[in-house]
Amino acid sequence: MALVYQRTCGLLDVPFHYCPGCTHGIVHKLVAEVLCELGLLDGAIGVSSVGCTYNNYEYFACDMQQAAHGRAPAVATGIKRVLPDATVFTYQGDGDLAAIGTAEIVHAAARGERITTVFVNNAIYGMTSGQMAPTTLVGQVTTTSPYGRDAATQGFPINVSEMLATLRGAVYVERVSVTSVKGIRAAKKAIRKAFLVQRKGLGFSFVEVLSTCPTNWGLSPVESLKWVDTAMQEQYPLGVFKGADLEVEP
Amino acid sequence: MDRLPDRVLMKGNEAIAEAAIRAGCRHYFGYPITPQTEIAHYMAKRMKSVGGVFLQAESEVAAINMVYGAAGAGARVMTTSSSPGISLKQEGFSYIAGAELPCVVVNVARCGPGLGGILPAQGDYFQATKGGGHGDYRNAVLAPASVQELYQLTVEAFDLADRYRVLVLILADGTLGQMMEPVSHLEPKDATAAGKPWATVGTGGKRFHNTITSIYIDPERLEAHNLHLQAKYAKIARNEVRCESVGVEGAEVVVTAFGTTARIVRNVIRQAAEEGIKVGLIRPITLWPFPSEAVAAAAAHPSVKALLSVELNAGQMVEDVRLAVNGAKPVQFHGRMGGMLPTQREILERIRAIARPEGGT
Ligand SMILES: Cc1ncc(C[n+]2csc(CCOP(=O)(O)OP(=O)(O)O)c2C)c(N)n1
Ligand code: SF4
Ligand SMILES: [Mg+2]
Repeated sequence: MALVYQRTCGLLDVPFHYCPGCTHGIVHKLVAEVLCELGLLDGAIGVSSVGCTYNNYEYFACDMQQAAHGRAPAVATGIKRVLPDATVFTYQGDGDLAAIGTAEIVHAAARGERITTVFVNNAIYGMTSGQMAPTTLVGQVTTTSPYGRDAATQGFPINVSEMLATLRGAVYVERVSVTSVKGIRAAKKAIRKAFLVQRKGLGFSFVEVLSTCPTNWGLSPVESLKWVDTAMQEQYPLGVFKGADLEVEP
Repeated sequence: MDRLPDRVLMKGNEAIAEAAIRAGCRHYFGYPITPQTEIAHYMAKRMKSVGGVFLQAESEVAAINMVYGAAGAGARVMTTSSSPGISLKQEGFSYIAGAELPCVVVNVARCGPGLGGILPAQGDYFQATKGGGHGDYRNAVLAPASVQELYQLTVEAFDLADRYRVLVLILADGTLGQMMEPVSHLEPKDATAAGKPWATVGTGGKRFHNTITSIYIDPERLEAHNLHLQAKYAKIARNEVRCESVGVEGAEVVVTAFGTTARIVRNVIRQAAEEGIKVGLIRPITLWPFPSEAVAAAAAHPSVKALLSVELNAGQMVEDVRLAVNGAKPVQFHGRMGGMLPTQREILERIRAIARPEGGT
């Protein structure tokens, strides 16, 4: 019988700990598949951040470092400067990247660090049980915006991709979602391109993935996918914000 | 590598930078702050000529996390700063301790609290030796007292860091950083990622993945990890204590002082001798591990009436001196703050008061 599907070589045979309906797992799989398909896994070093994916260093089959909250881009910078030929990536949530780690991501992008950041935006602090994130939508109910995010006192969501795209060092910036087969294919293509941009040494590459958190959104998995496609996409339109015309395929 | 002449006149800050390069450090991450910025200036120039990396980070927080990444990738790596910047690095210190990453950090200390001032002080002793970051951890802390020693201890700091997989902190101050003194050069050491099988350099498809982390959610594993760290610290405490002990035998007064302060005290000892008062000096070279045994032994000498800790702070190291003396003899303290240095005269007066409490000889 022909083998039509198998676990990617980029992931170890360890069960994920994510909630049912959480799309973090899909994003892991895409990153791992791309590293394997491009033959980059053996020379890759990933950086886990602080959030629900804090221990995904136990899942990826490549060498991994775990970074303090928000500091993954600085840690990745240190690694890449020591090992310029390695493929270095960070995997960060929206609380990690867009709040406590804003300085680190902006400056890694501005320097054009030859690293790739996979930014998983679920508009909430998942791990600490659903507090407002910098990416939380106006009106969205969270444990620290129980009446809905009030723009007058709690400000507005940050569109990280649009912001980073203004920096010259960031050469490839795309926002994708993983709510449908079509979306997942597009997301994989974007992640593949981001790693190829790094391999070509063109600069900083960034893929924002809109992701679900059914547990803290208080929605079913199916409702969560719908909420990404509607409310989230309204605030965070999908698309390539930088580097659409880069030709990187080998 | 190019050879420098055997003996050259160097500024303290430059000696730190050159020593690091000679020790095989090829990665430096820093953020400007007085009075240590010359280290960054030197590194910015010099790293290029030795094929290394100088990176001006966006903050001290970023710099120490770059150190984390680079150390995890097996490199000899250093960051330097001064007090306010060292405070920002404390987060990284704790993670580096937890993840057991070897690296060297220099604090060319200034006065606090807050922005304080840019003049020399030793008010960071507690922060350096007792933590600063969260959790049960230790950094090895070295306290040089001359430019030559700055140079030498910086080289040795890299070996120490690699040997124990710890952060080695060099606690200097602005006086030492700015001072020009002759330095004899040591031979450069060989230092590569070889011998760091734990480093994340890519599996090369040849081994299971390496992971560098400080998180252990399972309490049993975390306790085991902590016990492992404590055993390592105990080993450092057994093997790496260093201090300079001068004229303690037969002394009436033993002064404890480190770094710049010890230099002042040395002159006072000469003056006291002219008055017929014999004063000994214990100068800790490792602030952690603290030379408790040497201090206790000094206190045990029958001739010693009291110990006097002289520091550029409100009384920090004196607590370790008291712990070591453990009530055997009185322990006094003399300190200045805010960038003021104690005069030889004021130290001498404290010594006289101990040695000749009735006044006169
Ligand atoms: C310095 C520090 N502050 C706060 C925390 C607590 N904390 C852990 S995860 C987290 C939020 C993570 O949210 P996000 O990055 O969005 O990841 P998600 O769990 O949603 O995937 C916070 C605040 C921490 N670990 N360290
Ligand atoms: S809390 Fe949210 S983000 Fe975290 S695993 Fe569960 S669903 Fe995913
Ligand atoms: Mg989140």
